[in-house]
Amino acid sequence: MMDEGTELSLTIAQIVQRLKATHLHSQIERQAKECLHRPEIQLESLKEDVRNFLKASGWERKLQNAVYRELHVQPLPSHPAAPPEHAKEPLAYMRKAQVNWEKRILKSLNSMCTELGVPLARKRPAVEQKELTNKWNEMGTDEPDLSRFRPVYAPKDFLEVLISLRNPNHDSSEEASAKSHWGLIQVPLHDRDIPQMREAYSELSLTTGQLGIDDHTHVPPDLFESEHTRIGKKVVNEQDSAAAQQYSRQGCPTGLRADLWALILNSTNEPEDVMHYEQLKAGVIHHDLLVDNLIYKDVKLTASNDDYYFVFEDFLYQVLLCFSRDTAVLEHFSYNSATPPKSYIQGKVGVEEFAVVYPPNGVIPFHGFSMYVAPLCFLYNEPSKLYSVFREMYVRYFFRLHSVSSSTSGIVSLCLQFERLLQTHLPQLFYHLREIGAQPLRIAFKWMVRAFSGYLSTDQLLLLWDRILGYDSLEIVAVLAAAVFAFRAENLMEVTSLTSAEVSVPRPQAGRLSPTHTHTGFHSGPWLLK
Amino acid sequence: MSVNTVPCTVKPTVTLQIGDAETDSSRPGVYVIDVTLPIGQTVNIQEISFKNYYTAYVSVRLLRRDGEGAAKWVTCLRNHCLMPSPHTEEGSQDYCSVYRQQMLIEPDNVTSVRLILRQPSSAWLNFSVEDIKIHPCLNEDSEWDIPDWLSDLTQVDQLCDLQGLPDPQTVSCSIQQMWALTEVMQTNQTTASIGRFDVRGVPIVYLHMESNVHITFPAVVGEKDLESKEGPVMLHHFLFIYWLNNVSIQTSLR
Repeated sequence: MMDEGTELSLTIAQIVQRLKATHLHSQIERQAKECLHRPEIQLESLKEDVRNFLKASGWERKLQNAVYRELHVQPLPSHPAAPPEHAKEPLAYMRKAQVNWEKRILKSLNSMCTELGVPLARKRPAVEQKELTNKWNEMGTDEPDLSRFRPVYAPKDFLEVLISLRNPNHDSSEEASAKSHWGLIQVPLHDRDIPQMREAYSELSLTTGQLGIDDHTHVPPDLFESEHTRIGKKVVNEQDSAAAQQYSRQGCPTGLRADLWALILNSTNEPEDVMHYEQLKAGVIHHDLLVDNLIYKDVKLTASNDDYYFVFEDFLYQVLLCFSRDTAVLEHFSYNSATPPKSYIQGKVGVEEFAVVYPPNGVIPFHGFSMYVAPLCFLYNEPSKLYSVFREMYVRYFFRLHSVSSSTSGIVSLCLQFERLLQTHLPQLFYHLREIGAQPLRIAFKWMVRAFSGYLSTDQLLLLWDRILGYDSLEIVAVLAAAVFAFRAENLMEVTSLTSAEVSVPRPQAGRLSPTHTHTGFHSGPWLLK
Repeated sequence: MSVNTVPCTVKPTVTLQIGDAETDSSRPGVYVIDVTLPIGQTVNIQEISFKNYYTAYVSVRLLRRDGEGAAKWVTCLRNHCLMPSPHTEEGSQDYCSVYRQQMLIEPDNVTSVRLILRQPSSAWLNFSVEDIKIHPCLNEDSEWDIPDWLSDLTQVDQLCDLQGLPDPQTVSCSIQQMWALTEVMQTNQTTASIGRFDVRGVPIVYLHMESNVHITFPAVVGEKDLESKEGPVMLHHFLFIYWLNNVSIQTSLR
């Protein structure tokens, strides 16, 4: 609530501090120095001429993209009296719930550690290091004994935590009334209703062309597809992050998607990025972490069993093992309600100088974590580029799907949004499912936690993720979940138990799911499905 | 943004509701909190800061002392919204500030501040504001009270023979610049992983408010009668107007 001028200067100062001393900064400096030799640079108008040169040569655009990226991940300037945990999560009871949840996870991890007698981290002997270096590109062929390991937690455990979230100041003593909520989430967070979403997602209206609907074979390409692709090529040429994000709202053509996503996320593949990745790879080879086994187990259980993603098994190891060791990920904890787990050197428990974050990136993988990476393997075949894009997507979006927070893109809000949409627009269905003991959230939760990865066919999924990137929000995941229920409403009205309800809403691979937002003439649900 | 806060007393909250507080089962939707300065002191307010706890709207009234010594209550902030949607959590636990520039009148010579809190939604069991702090305007010469005899010391300007040495004034200027440069380089820290020092940078300083006065007050309703036991102001009666759907209160003191 500071006045706007102060807020703006504070934001600018923060961004300047972050961008200074980055590689981009030194590159622009060097360019500015070198351009002094050019004939068009005059001494009288030096500043202007150098600026014009940087603009013409594309460096200003790169700087713009970097600033745009910083704006995405920077938390809003907070009140000077507010402590740092307030920036992570303003509501005290949610902070508490997250802390308790983290304690449970750590307890589970520690007990697994002691039971199996496996250390949290150990240095690999030279022989093993050499072996791993040789087998780096085919780690999938390894069949280590993972039977003793089990995932630290699964999405359904996390759902129980969310269900038990209560605001101590909220009056929930009233009996069933007009405003009572039928769903499992009993936290009064704010969400948008259909008219507000119609405005916010105006590019998804029925009258605007969409990739995924208007590029079918029976639709002549001149109507939408060719023009859209032409604009896409232009955006890629201009190398403009903001334009790419706006463009992505109507879907990205398959051939341009990889470049467009890299542009939106400002993921470069400069030599310094490749070097960073090689350093992480060296870290994997030198040290063996307990979480590596969890990653192996998760990939074997989920991605390897998936018809679409089993071919990328080796890529998944190469990305996730490096991800665990990347301390750059720790930066995102300033706006994540979670806190990275700390372990202490033996004998020095509680002494901060001997504290070390474990795993080095602070993220403990859970059952299904590898599915965040799997769809990206279709877009990028170079491991360092794939890694760079995945990391950026994680620190912008995916981390919200498995931490307790009041953010509008957080999983709690998504669950609440889903239930509210269902209760408002499909009350009969909701009531019926409640009566048979099949709360809709229990079915839809696993879809939302993974952002539908593994539950939609890949081309559909990538279209969905286009919109997540385009609108910089995960809200659309909740709307899609409600839409799937709307689509299957007839079948679901006839089921009599939770298990048959789950079967009745299978992975919609056969059908095509095309996201179009509510139009005024549309009554039964927010999405048009074919 | 000032680090200074003025020591003040926060009185217990008082509810305003129609009917008997003891027998009425519905929860009050209006609380009034008085913050008074020590007797005789006045303050020119720069900022009032507090932490919200489920209050939807706040109005602020000030007791100002004018030239003749008479005190008068004026409204400086009317129905300032803290929670855009009172039934939901948005803004419910935020840290807020009301700045001088936002106020309707000049908050000078203030002896007492009254915060009128409203929460029309019945969804919440309790609401209030915490950690109320009043920040005075900063005056340049207010902090440093130098003794008189110091100002009596006069500077002795001696014109010394430079003998080819540079003018001491210019030398001291440039030494100062160099010193400032080294200070900036020392304090300048970047957050990027490949660190380099750049003198053109802007060091960022956050001011954290530290106050020796820790103000707590109970969330439970205090006395119904707002008769102030120590202050000179006696409040006689209030006039309330309620609307059923949106609880909106106008108070006038006589």
